[in-house]
Amino acid sequence: MTKAGGAKKILGIFGRMLLLLVLVSVLSFVLITKAPIDPLTAYVGTESTLSQEAKDEIAEKWGLNESLPVRYFTWVKNMLHGDFGMSITYKKPVIDVIHERLAYSAVLMALAWVFSGILGYALGILSGMRRGKLFDKVVKTFCLVLQSAPSFWLGLLILSVFAVQLGWFPIGMAMPPGKLAAEVTLSDRLHHLILPVFTLTIVSIGKITLYTRQKLIEIASSDYILFARARGENTRQLISRHMLRNTALPAVTTQFLSFSELFGGMALAETVFSYPGIGTATTAAALNGDVPLLLGITLISALFVFSGNLIANILYGVVDPRLREGGGYV
Amino acid sequence: MNELEKATSPVLEVQDLQIAFSMYRRGLRKTNLRVISSLSLSVRQGEILAVVGSSGSGKSLLAHAILGILPPNASTAGSIRYNGEELTPALQRKYRGTEIALIPQSVDYLDPLMRVGAQVMGTRGSREQQRAAFDRYGLERRAARLFPFQLSGGMARRVLVSTAVLSPPKLIVADEPTPGLGIEMAMETLRHFREIADTGAGVLLITHDIDLALGIADRIAVFYAGTTVEIAPAADFKTGAEALRHPYSRAFIDALPQNAFRPIPGTQPYAGALPSGCLFADRCPLRSDACGGEIELRAVRGGEVRCVHAS
Ligand SMILES: Nc1ncnc2c1ncn2[C@@H]1O[C@H](COP(=O)(O)OP(=O)(O)OP(=O)(O)O)[C@@H](O)[C@H]1O
Ligand code: SF4
Ligand SMILES: [Mg+2]
Repeated sequence: MTKAGGAKKILGIFGRMLLLLVLVSVLSFVLITKAPIDPLTAYVGTESTLSQEAKDEIAEKWGLNESLPVRYFTWVKNMLHGDFGMSITYKKPVIDVIHERLAYSAVLMALAWVFSGILGYALGILSGMRRGKLFDKVVKTFCLVLQSAPSFWLGLLILSVFAVQLGWFPIGMAMPPGKLAAEVTLSDRLHHLILPVFTLTIVSIGKITLYTRQKLIEIASSDYILFARARGENTRQLISRHMLRNTALPAVTTQFLSFSELFGGMALAETVFSYPGIGTATTAAALNGDVPLLLGITLISALFVFSGNLIANILYGVVDPRLREGGGYV
Repeated sequence: MNELEKATSPVLEVQDLQIAFSMYRRGLRKTNLRVISSLSLSVRQGEILAVVGSSGSGKSLLAHAILGILPPNASTAGSIRYNGEELTPALQRKYRGTEIALIPQSVDYLDPLMRVGAQVMGTRGSREQQRAAFDRYGLERRAARLFPFQLSGGMARRVLVSTAVLSPPKLIVADEPTPGLGIEMAMETLRHFREIADTGAGVLLITHDIDLALGIADRIAVFYAGTTVEIAPAADFKTGAEALRHPYSRAFIDALPQNAFRPIPGTQPYAGALPSGCLFADRCPLRSDACGGEIELRAVRGGEVRCVHAS
């Protein structure tokens, strides 16, 4: 593969992602507008005293009487100008709500992603090395249980043990209630972050651990490990010279591919801990029939998951020397 | 030890080696599949012993057993001695990479994500040694920066050979080192083996290419279905079928293109379904009732043979 070939490949991946994004936007638009939510009622409230004329005027202004395709294209056009509409729940532009909330969620997800990645990878390597031993069995069982346990249940368990019974951490929110935003210190914020991050880390760790373990076991019986042993390398050298090298890229890729699980886990963890991120906003939006916000979040989450996939694809296609440098020598 | 004994004392002695794999077949029934029933051979100091035999006859497994890299579900019986010492796992760990070197059968034995220069150096070699080996085998300097998948078949083979000769070992176990090399480079590789052997090392040369083996080996061992059927001086193989002792080795020689090119009918028995008695019996023109019993390897005319009728 040449340099141009590589660029072409990345462009191809981008194209696919873009297409998917368009499909998701159409699908979610159709689904949500067909859902039994009347945006007008949601906006003015069920017990509104607004006259029918006033309601009609609003409907007219919002374009609610237009046909579906027209409304879709108006929506897309506005979005491309950065206008995602107004959030009914928060009485603010959707883009502002997302912007504000995403900062909280991003910190939560980034920390959990890094911790689960590093810890899970290390656990996977260690248990793969001790395949069939007690340590390996414990780790494997732990991961399988984690993977089948619903994450909100895990969150509640962690909440009740560490926040309620032990009282080590606050029960929820992102900062102490009643404190002015200006007075909130970094350590306040960290203190509130620990349990949600811990929960999300635990929820995400099973997949990467089991994957790394499997990969290591696969590699351990490969011909090149045999040969390295035949050349006198000891276990430590086998790990540092060959096994880490050959498991790292697939593990990082897997971690990027699990952005969708990360997002889902985040939403549940936030709800359990009343953490003011995208996840709680999603719940609120859904409960209030806040169509503009729901659509905005759907798109943002799709974009997020796609970028994970995109990075994974690029990593595999571009970083792996077998694909990067390509071509024979002869 | 006097000079003569020293010159001929074996570097490697394999006696009645058996290898079995425990496997789960048809559900959960665990069976022991014996794939090597009885291998015996020796490699003396300064000697090149070629091992020939059809695919699946156990050549690679012997190599792996010597280096102690059989899979975990393999079990062995019999003995492997190195310079008179029983080659225990601890000794294998001690000698491999220094005194005992394996040249593996394919490029799959190289780490796909590591540049070949670093792999040839390994944990014990130096950059200078790697360069010297590359120079010797006509590999360009920049080839050291390549990944295994970027090598042509011939280059890969030369890289594999280079791994074994950084510092001359006492025993080389070469598993088909020549295919894809081209005649010139193949000859050069074998000449190098000869040179290393002449310093007192032993070379176990596993090969399909009997012609090449004839040109360089001192003795040749013929494997059939996990047994050694004959070990004879290379000269006997050059003379032709009539100088050989075992019906299979004769058939092997006759099947070569430059000879009668007459393959014998039938196939090597499958490891799971070995007959009792002589493993070659169902294809042997000389079979008689005496062939049904246990048949030992015995000395005949300056060679060794596993056949009741050999003389
Ligand atoms: N891990 C294993 N489990 C079960 N059987 C095995 C295993 N490895 C090898 N065998 C069997 O052992 C026999 C000998 O294999 P080996 O690789 O030594 O053959 P070979 O003589 O090197 O053949 P080739 O010329 O094709 O390289 C074969 O029948 C093979 O199927
Ligand atoms: S022992 Fe019998 S069957 Fe086996 S090779 Fe000799 S003559 Fe043939
Ligand atoms: Mg082989």
